[in-house]
Amino acid sequence: MKLKQISLFMENRTGRLADVARTLGEAGINIRALSLADTSDFGILRLIVNDVDGALRALRAKGHTVILTEVIAVEVGDQPGGLAHVLGVLEQAGLNVEYMYAFVEKATDKAVVVFRFENIDLALNALTKAGVSVLPAATVYSL
Amino acid sequence: MTVYFDSENECRSRDRLRVLQSERLRGAVERAYAHVPLYRKKFDEAGLKPADIRSIDDIGRLPFTVKDDFREQYPFGMFAVPMDQIVRIHASSGTTGKPTVVGYTREDIDMWSVCCARLLANGGGTPQDVLQVAYGYGLFTGGLGLHYGGEKLGAAVIPMSGGNTKKQLMLMKDFGTTLLACTPSYALQVAEVAAEEGIDIRSLKLKAGFFGAEPWTEAMRRQIEDRLHIKALDIYGLSEVIGPGVAGECLVQQGLHVFEDHFYPEVIDPATGKPVPAGQSGELVFTCLTKQAIPLIRYRTRDISRMIEEPCGCGRTFRRIERLSGRTDDMLIIRGVNVFPSQIESVLMKIEGVEPNYLIVVDRTGILADIEVKVEVSERLFSDEVKQLEALRHRIADEMRSMLSLSAKVTLVEPKSLERAAGKVQRVVFIDPKP
Repeated sequence: MKLKQISLFMENRTGRLADVARTLGEAGINIRALSLADTSDFGILRLIVNDVDGALRALRAKGHTVILTEVIAVEVGDQPGGLAHVLGVLEQAGLNVEYMYAFVEKATDKAVVVFRFENIDLALNALTKAGVSVLPAATVYSL
Repeated sequence: MTVYFDSENECRSRDRLRVLQSERLRGAVERAYAHVPLYRKKFDEAGLKPADIRSIDDIGRLPFTVKDDFREQYPFGMFAVPMDQIVRIHASSGTTGKPTVVGYTREDIDMWSVCCARLLANGGGTPQDVLQVAYGYGLFTGGLGLHYGGEKLGAAVIPMSGGNTKKQLMLMKDFGTTLLACTPSYALQVAEVAAEEGIDIRSLKLKAGFFGAEPWTEAMRRQIEDRLHIKALDIYGLSEVIGPGVAGECLVQQGLHVFEDHFYPEVIDPATGKPVPAGQSGELVFTCLTKQAIPLIRYRTRDISRMIEEPCGCGRTFRRIERLSGRTDDMLIIRGVNVFPSQIESVLMKIEGVEPNYLIVVDRTGILADIEVKVEVSERLFSDEVKQLEALRHRIADEMRSMLSLSAKVTLVEPKSLERAAGKVQRVVFIDPKP
């Protein structure tokens, strides 16, 4: 149920994001979802890709600082209140979301949201118990 | 048991050493006065005759020599012997103006080789060793200095010179290199490339490294020792005095023994030129007691250190200087705070995971200088969360404030975005107002 997300340290200057996209493109890696957290000086790019090992190799070969982090992908009803429901479950369980971002594509008629938790196992437990659909890694990589 | 290269000279009693130094100083002063017009002028201006200098205790009466003297005497005005006695010429890089030119007689080369052989033996080197010299060969004294020292010791010398790190590693492996001589930053680059290439350092026979030609810190020593599994030894020298081989650490690793039978050390207050009280830090000054081509008198190195007067556990009687803590002209003044780049490095290296790669940017465009420290973020240091990276940044800034009273802007940058060369590394850059 846990997904491997690639996190990349990036200086906040022109062309860095393009470099990363180019590196992945040349290595034949497809980006499934991404989010960029930024400060005035640096950013952290988070990526879900179809080939985690290939992406790591390609990025490291270009000298990027990359680490793997574990996240989960949750199906959220694509209607008003859909996200509120999932967040409500987490709130009830007393779990803090470190960050989250949405997939562009859909597996079904539902939206897919990536969550990062301080304690991923507790979150998985709480979500499945509440009947929220957590997508298997293989499904997400090939979305 | 300690093995000395030259025990008769290295372990002589202090009293007998002083007698030798006094006798040699008299000779150096006579040679300088008789054969170098610059010194005759300096002595005459000071109202001093060579006969006034009777023992090493009189050294404080002699005039100083400074780097500008070399520039003004370019190229050969400092030489005390005719060209037919000169067998080698070296020159500094000369980033500003003319290079500093130094010459050597055959006797000088032999003395230099002995001093460099002592350096290597200080670190446990023997004729059984294989020495890879990865200092640059050429006008720079590093490569050839260590090369001749290695041969004098009887080691097998590989004159690899700097750069081409993959080949360096291949030779280390195939030739069974046991001793490495290069700059400390290059040693770290060797470790880095070894890791990238998947070379197991433990499969190499390296046992000791001789690192100098640029400032480094205790923390950097620990990194080199951990990553290369060797004893990392600090060596010191400068071309005006001879090149490498002025001073070097023994295996006790608490200060560098000055080869003071040839190079007499003093520590002065750079502002007044007066000697500092024993054991205090100040500018290092050397007098070459035996050199023939250039009899250098009280040369101001601009390097900051202090003398360690206490005897060393290794048995050598030569006094030690502490690891250099900066240069008189490297000192930065940031909003009234005096700080050396080496102090900033020490703070950085105390923080877990911080790579020893950083750049100090001093912006002098405003009324008061501002300082920015750019630190490379390694994978060990990187966190996926902004708040943790911000916390790291604040921690570095806080340490600077509490340890050095310095308000620095700290910026995290991508690894390898800072320039790194096989030679000397530029650690400080200045942004100046446009004229």
